Amino acid sequence: MHSTQKSQSNGSALPEKGLWGWLNRRTGLDTLLRTALYEPIPGGARLAYIFGSGLLFIFISQVITGVFLTLYYVPSADHAHTTVAYITKSVTAGSFLRSLHAYGSSAMVIVLLLHLSQTYIYGAYKGRRELLWLSGTILFGLVLAMAFTGYLLPWDQRAYFATAVGTNAASEIPWIGESLKRMMRGGTEMGTLTISRFFVAHVFFIPACIFALVASHIFLFRKAGAAGPFTENPFKPEQKPELFYPRQVLMDLSLTALLIIGLGLLAFFVPLQLGPPANPADAQYIPRPEWYYLPIFQWLKYWHGAASLIGILIIPTILAAAIVALPFLDRSVERRPWKRPVAMGAYAFVLFALLGLGLRSQYVDMHDPGVAQQLAKQKTEEEEYMRKPFEPELSSSSLAAANVALADPLAAKGKTIFEAQSCNACHGDAGVGTTAAPKLIGVGAKFNAQKIKALLRQPSTAMTQGGMTPSDLKDEDLKLLIAYIESLK
Amino acid sequence: MCSCAGDSENTIRNLTAPGSSLDTRRSFLGTLLGVGSVFVGALLSVPLIRFALFPLLRRTTELKSSPLGALSEFSDLTEPVMRTIQIEQVDGWRKAISEKAVYITKDTQGQLRVLTSVCPHLGCTVPWGKERNQFVCPCHGATFAPDGTRVSGPSLRGMDTLETSLQDGQLQVRFQYFRQLVSDKEVIG
Repeated sequence: MHSTQKSQSNGSALPEKGLWGWLNRRTGLDTLLRTALYEPIPGGARLAYIFGSGLLFIFISQVITGVFLTLYYVPSADHAHTTVAYITKSVTAGSFLRSLHAYGSSAMVIVLLLHLSQTYIYGAYKGRRELLWLSGTILFGLVLAMAFTGYLLPWDQRAYFATAVGTNAASEIPWIGESLKRMMRGGTEMGTLTISRFFVAHVFFIPACIFALVASHIFLFRKAGAAGPFTENPFKPEQKPELFYPRQVLMDLSLTALLIIGLGLLAFFVPLQLGPPANPADAQYIPRPEWYYLPIFQWLKYWHGAASLIGILIIPTILAAAIVALPFLDRSVERRPWKRPVAMGAYAFVLFALLGLGLRSQYVDMHDPGVAQQLAKQKTEEEEYMRKPFEPELSSSSLAAANVALADPLAAKGKTIFEAQSCNACHGDAGVGTTAAPKLIGVGAKFNAQKIKALLRQPSTAMTQGGMTPSDLKDEDLKLLIAYIESLK
Repeated sequence: MCSCAGDSENTIRNLTAPGSSLDTRRSFLGTLLGVGSVFVGALLSVPLIRFALFPLLRRTTELKSSPLGALSEFSDLTEPVMRTIQIEQVDGWRKAISEKAVYITKDTQGQLRVLTSVCPHLGCTVPWGKERNQFVCPCHGATFAPDGTRVSGPSLRGMDTLETSLQDGQLQVRFQYFRQLVSDKEVIG
């Protein structure tokens, strides 16, 4: 009775009967759903507001595809490329999921820019929304960091060299640059420690931060309320509100549907390529970052030596500080873009500068015959690599066995005796050991040849009990066998 | 501030009045959206499930045949000869290459047959005992005739024959493991 009254006072009747009613009494799920859906939007639903939930959808998609990709991925310089090749070439739907994940990062950057632009142009950061904006700018940085760390993980030529350049760029930052680079790489050079670091950042650290910040971003958004159109008062909304559900939900879902269809078609029909494995010795390779990093890449080309302090530290710091501190700097209540010429001018300037730098980078590449030729060659190499069937990696234990045969002729003959005498039946191929008998690897370090010979001629009690029989080989054959046993390391 | 919150609560109440035609339409739309989302979600999870189940659903890797040599090499065999073949075991994205010994011999009708050297008793490698004209397992003394049939000892069956094929006059063999300690030959991988 009490709960019925409560639900009446909430406006619409809560379902009280059946499973849903029970679930709601236990969890308050219905109330939660209503709180989420019945959010008033001053001035009504608009297509301009759809980008936030689009970002949330892509983020969830990235988390799911990312988790599944780690079913097969191994973050090590030895295996990363093989495992990504396995995902791409062998595993069912592997190429599709990997493409979805990689294209998802591009979609994320695009939708993020749209979301940011909408907030900026609509002046939706105004009116007690400083922390909301601040959490958004940090999320922007985290998304770019996700893109940067994820790019290395396939460890192909493209990934390796783009990250080599990216981490090198960090070293250009005065004073702390060199230490920063070494910290990112886990040493002076790129290697397996770099992969570990990037993997942990990409899979644990940054996602944890994103989860926390997305939660606070949504919380702060609900606390401040939807800002509405740019004709609305940012402090005290005056226009007739419309609830988030149903019209705004439908608009948001239309973007989600568009993203699903777009990314799905792209991943299916234009699957992402994987290049040949990283070859750090390749001096010819020309690295190029992903499209959204091209403006920064081009920008860095202009700053060298003493001037780099301005271009790499001062200007970006001022720009970043201005973006982060925007709601503190711009305290006016005015939201209409045409009444905010400075803000709009700055926006247009930054946008065109980024666009210009990106296009300039493409233009320079296309008009340098040497570069264009090399880039085309790299593309051909990627295509050629993609055509080859997946080649499993030779495990190190079988390599060791194969190498022995080549290294020492005495040991090679000994190996034949080892197998002919069926030593391998109990001690395993290449003396790796089985359940029947211990491994022989390392025996050469433990005993000298004399001792091994004595043990072979007259096994110890423990050995005899385990099923070892005394050897009746001729002395010269025994010598070869011992040479082989000693070679097992 | 307080009146502000009251305003928005009033707004919600007014906009979601129970029993209004809007509310009915909403619950229909809600069901539609719910069903639609479940459907799209199920559709999207298909590649994920296929991706995760790949190692289970994939047909077992066919063991490739390994060449033993030209058929003519073995036409006038008088006793079993040993050949070492390399077999490749694929484990996900890696593979291990190991060597296995097999014997080429003749059955009672004079037909070529290839025997695995793995003893069907407990898996020791059985060497050919030239002096005794028998296979003699060094572990527990099982003996086998030159054609692999069981003579004496603890083994419950004769040495196992392997599948052979001919390719351009080359004798090929497909290596397999068989269950030990049973009287009938049974492939285990």
